[in-house]
Amino acid sequence: MNRNYLYIALALAGLSAVPARADTYAITGGTVYTLGAAGKLEHATVIVRDGKIAAVGADVAIPADAKRIDATGKLVTPGIIDPESAFGLDEVDAVSQTQDGTLTSTRYTAAFDPTAGINPRSMVIPVNRIEGVTRAVVAPGSDSSVLQGRGSVISLDGVQGYVLKDPVALFVTLGEAGQKLAGGARGGALESLREAFEDAKDYGVNRAAYDKAGRRAYALSRPDLEALQPVLKGELPVVVQVDRASDIEAALALGAEFRLKLIVSGGAEAWMVVDELAKAKVPVILNPARDLPEAFESLGASFEDAARLQKAGVLIAFETGDSHKSWNVRQFGGIAVANGLPWIEAVKAMSLNPARIYGLDKNVGSLEAGKDADLVVWSGDPLELTTFADAVFIRGKLVPMVSRQTELRDRYLPYLKADAPALPPAYQRD
Amino acid sequence: MSIRPLVLAFSAAAVFALCAPAFSAGQDDSPSEFPPDPFPSTYQPLPSVPTLIQHVTLYTGTGEEADDGDVLLKDGKVAAVGKGLKADPGVLVIDGTGKFVTPGIIDVHSHLGVYPSPAVDALSDGNELTNPNTANVRAENSVWPQDPGFNTARAGGVTTLEILPGSGNLFGGRSVVLKNVPSVTTEGMKFPDAPYGLKMACGENPKRVYGSKGQFPSTLMGDVAGYRQAWAEAQSYDAQWKAWEKTRTGTPPARDLKLETLAEVLNGRVRVQMHCYRANEMATMLDVAKEFHYHIAAFHHAVEAYKIPKLLAANGTCAVMWADWWGFKMEAWDGIRENLPMVDAGGACATIHSDDQNGIQRLNQETAKAWAAGNRVGLNISEARAIEWMTLNPAKVLGIDAKTGSLEPGKMADVVLWTGNPFSVYSKAEKVFIDGAVVYDRDDPKLQPRSDFELGKLGQAAGGAL
Repeated sequence: MNRNYLYIALALAGLSAVPARADTYAITGGTVYTLGAAGKLEHATVIVRDGKIAAVGADVAIPADAKRIDATGKLVTPGIIDPESAFGLDEVDAVSQTQDGTLTSTRYTAAFDPTAGINPRSMVIPVNRIEGVTRAVVAPGSDSSVLQGRGSVISLDGVQGYVLKDPVALFVTLGEAGQKLAGGARGGALESLREAFEDAKDYGVNRAAYDKAGRRAYALSRPDLEALQPVLKGELPVVVQVDRASDIEAALALGAEFRLKLIVSGGAEAWMVVDELAKAKVPVILNPARDLPEAFESLGASFEDAARLQKAGVLIAFETGDSHKSWNVRQFGGIAVANGLPWIEAVKAMSLNPARIYGLDKNVGSLEAGKDADLVVWSGDPLELTTFADAVFIRGKLVPMVSRQTELRDRYLPYLKADAPALPPAYQRD
Repeated sequence: MSIRPLVLAFSAAAVFALCAPAFSAGQDDSPSEFPPDPFPSTYQPLPSVPTLIQHVTLYTGTGEEADDGDVLLKDGKVAAVGKGLKADPGVLVIDGTGKFVTPGIIDVHSHLGVYPSPAVDALSDGNELTNPNTANVRAENSVWPQDPGFNTARAGGVTTLEILPGSGNLFGGRSVVLKNVPSVTTEGMKFPDAPYGLKMACGENPKRVYGSKGQFPSTLMGDVAGYRQAWAEAQSYDAQWKAWEKTRTGTPPARDLKLETLAEVLNGRVRVQMHCYRANEMATMLDVAKEFHYHIAAFHHAVEAYKIPKLLAANGTCAVMWADWWGFKMEAWDGIRENLPMVDAGGACATIHSDDQNGIQRLNQETAKAWAAGNRVGLNISEARAIEWMTLNPAKVLGIDAKTGSLEPGKMADVVLWTGNPFSVYSKAEKVFIDGAVVYDRDDPKLQPRSDFELGKLGQAAGGAL
């Protein structure tokens, strides 16, 4: 067989390996952090069958047909859920033809949903899933409206049936970005949102009249007004991008006014308004590795943000803001722990908590019987820099540990030897 | 003292030098024919007391490791490194049991001060994007010493850093090497007698910046023609000055600050620090360097360096790399997590860098990630050797390795005491020494400097709650 064909075959396997029928697995001997009622289980077994977790415990029976994976001395946790990503929408950041997440027109605002443009064959996905990222919220963007659009939840396991929930949330930006989009003042950004919600309310009870052009003019188009209906019913959460404490307070006031189900994203100064966030039961998605006043809206950025929020009872989830290296959320979680966050809370903030925040926790986020089998066997403490994912399961399927990066590495690795051929092996005929 | 021998990386058959050999061709130690530095350093080491740090795990930065080691800092220098060192009267003794000591971290690629926090237009002074050749500008004239990022970098163990102009031009301008001490003036941070660097840039950035304006260059071949034309002019400029220098009669040649910087590269007094991602472009630039008889100290970013370690080693050019950045632009598409360890194992000089105000705070962590990725695929590099990627090798990149970058007697006492293994995410710099003086102490708020910009931001002075 020509070696080049072999490489192509491997590449295809890495990109789209979706076995027709999932095998049964028994992951044995590991320390399992279930993040569920069972807590931490030593020398436990996890049974994976038909895409689900069939059983977890120290004394579970191992089915005869189960493939065994020895996790002795290793840690087992739920898979990482990226709460705000661009998977499938962003291949090469600076190559505009590979960008599908951000709309630059106002033709659609609240209704914009980039999900239809997701490329599940994106090479960014295997690079991350072999590092333990198993599921992600894909967020929209807009260069022209504070109403950014709606996002979805995807599984990182293949090319079919990967959209698990769409829409999962509305995304809104305020703060400095919102000020700019609204024409130069935060007040304008907030007023445009009030108008949108008021119009959507009116539209919601007057659709027939609207269709006969019997209603007043609305600021938004019909699809946008429709998109806001579940938001106003509190069914679809609103992710608000804000860093400054006063912007968070303004978002909370808007949320109370329209009874929105709010999620704060960014939250550099969230610790300064922690009691208000806790009282309103508003969760915060944050990057815990920020401590510089990189903007006037984040003068209060602090490595202790995560610890203070968690201590006050605010539900937190971690994001990196960079889908190409989403796996670094483990390192950032470690930084949060080094700055006061309990270890188990950091693990939750990258798996269970994003599931809870988006209402996905019935299916995912913890290792409990009946849940989707998204889990990782780690070589050690998942927050440590020297730890790697030894095995990754997504919906019960074992992820092949191959990505474009591992293929590049394996092509050049033999070439380091002093007696290596003049050209890398891949360039030679068999 | 039990110093473990250096573990040879990857293969005993690796015949190439483990680090870049000192480059000699073109070096000139004689006085320059050009006027002296117009912005001389006023740096003075801060007051210090002789300090003995005992019972630590010691990474020397020279590939060696010692358990229960001691290091003595005196008169701003490393006085002794060993085991069971005695403290004379008057020496401050720090019991470092359970802790680790490394040389201070050196970041060879930072834009602190020229792209400071907050990132507002008025403080954005890193790229003089008005001409593809701005070899006449100097980063030190843009540095804002009140950038809070200097302080957070220091808390991360960074004791020396090179501030570079941006990469929008073929020739971005002169870099400056700074000691990371709090200072009201940039001159007060300047590393005494550190060579200047010249920032050059390959690839996408210059051709995008100028191509989008309908100007030259707009292609890679335009980039290369731009470098070569400038070097050719610098050769003849340098010859004019050298001819005048012989007689010193009549009017000296008219000064051209661009060509002066380039001529000083040709004379070996200014070090080329070149932003370059792709393997083929690095090879091209090594050819250009041969044509005009200059040396490239390092390729910065170098995401494809793992494809050409032997070529880099043969040219004595270091690769300056991130642990895992990739995919943000086309020329970064081939980035892999094993870049640093593969360059090291391939016999070239591997160096970590940040290019980032956040990453600079955790270069020990970035080094750890790269090290672990290499060992996962069997490169078997020792931790002691990987420590060199953030200490001695960056010192070599900057041409200051005779003065700092390792814990050897007589070198500057630029030292970090870590709360634990620096390759653990949970460890922090506990004390940071520069020239023997404590410039950061995790346990002493008086030694946790804040810049002027940070005053008043959260308390009553900023209108907070009464």
